[in-house]
Amino acid sequence: MKVNVLAFGIAKDIFGGSSVEVELPANGTTQNLKQSLEERYPRLKHLISYMVAVNNEYASDEGLLTERDEIAIIPPVSGG
Amino acid sequence: MTPQSGGIDVFIGTVRDATKGKTVRRLEFEAYEPMAIKEMHKIADDAFSKWPVQKLLIHHRTGVLEVGEVPVIIVVSCAHRDAAFEACRYVIDTLKQTVPIWKKEIFEDGEVWVAAHP
Repeated sequence: MKVNVLAFGIAKDIFGGSSVEVELPANGTTQNLKQSLEERYPRLKHLISYMVAVNNEYASDEGLLTERDEIAIIPPVSGG
Repeated sequence: MTPQSGGIDVFIGTVRDATKGKTVRRLEFEAYEPMAIKEMHKIADDAFSKWPVQKLLIHHRTGVLEVGEVPVIIVVSCAHRDAAFEACRYVIDTLKQTVPIWKKEIFEDGEVWVAAHP
């Protein structure tokens, strides 16, 4: 399946755009997505940490993804 | 506030002109807006459940902010000041940890996303 991934902050610089498409196996998880992105964009691994948000909620690594989900990469936040 | 309020605590965050000895020209804020609003609601709900808060406001700007401008405002009213101080601090501290907003510092000679790298 193909998922669309939104990027913010430094992730936007790393991806070179505000979203990327990623091909994942059916029943792919957040962990699968992270691995796939880290292979494509090794600079992601240099961040202190980053989270994945699914439908506006922080997601666990085991969470299943679907093509209809709104998925976003959340680099370390720094508001305030 | 409400007629039952005995005090209002206000935290106003301002753009500082330097970080770690380097001159900051301006800041740029970006938010993942729907999720940021959702996370702010969670913080507000937590504050209401932990302290006897009467009214609470969370405000955060995005875009370019110059030195001296105000990116963030937290306002909490309670019957007594202890709860107002504690809740206000909780809200700003938690906002900085969980709300998907990002700050880029623009220096004379470059720019950096704050907190991104070790």
